[in-house]
Amino acid sequence: MSSFFLALAVFIVLLFVASLYRVAVGPTVFDRAIGAGLIGTNAVLVLLLIGFFYGRADMFVDLALTYGMLNFIGVVALAKYFERGQKEAS
Amino acid sequence: MTWLAASLMGVGAVFLLISCIGLIRLPDFYTRAHAVGKAETLGSMLVLVGLALYNGADLISVKILFILGIILITNPTATHALARSAFRSGLPLWKRADKRQGDDLGN
Repeated sequence: MSSFFLALAVFIVLLFVASLYRVAVGPTVFDRAIGAGLIGTNAVLVLLLIGFFYGRADMFVDLALTYGMLNFIGVVALAKYFERGQKEAS
Repeated sequence: MTWLAASLMGVGAVFLLISCIGLIRLPDFYTRAHAVGKAETLGSMLVLVGLALYNGADLISVKILFILGIILITNPTATHALARSAFRSGLPLWKRADKRQGDDLGN
């Protein structure tokens, strides 16, 4: 089961690389923001899987909880900031 | 129980893959937001339920279920906030590039 956790974590990290394509190429800034949000949500899962892989889930689950909340705040702040910026520019 | 947890995590990984394919392949920001907002949430929740089942009844499982609740509430909310801000900023909606001259409605 430990190698299954490692394989799943490696699979999700490969999904990071695929999402980074949208973050780098995305035509608008909202594409980049939503790609970054998807990477953040997947990072919570990777943190939990690494915790179970090393047998230290009691520590990593707190890190994942904090990261999940901070990711939401970051994406909402990006949404508010870019809405106001583009409206003033046009 | 271990096999149930592993199969739940496998199905969740498939949903994560579908969400990532949708983020790359779909033509518009709003359709990409659709892929991220639904498939990503379902995949994350399946993986988290699988981890909690594997761990058993414990404080760690309670915290994992807290993470599940947070992702269940915040991930669609964040996607909706981004799509709303894009729509208010005047990002144009995607229209199909019609190759035919006339369609069935006589236009």
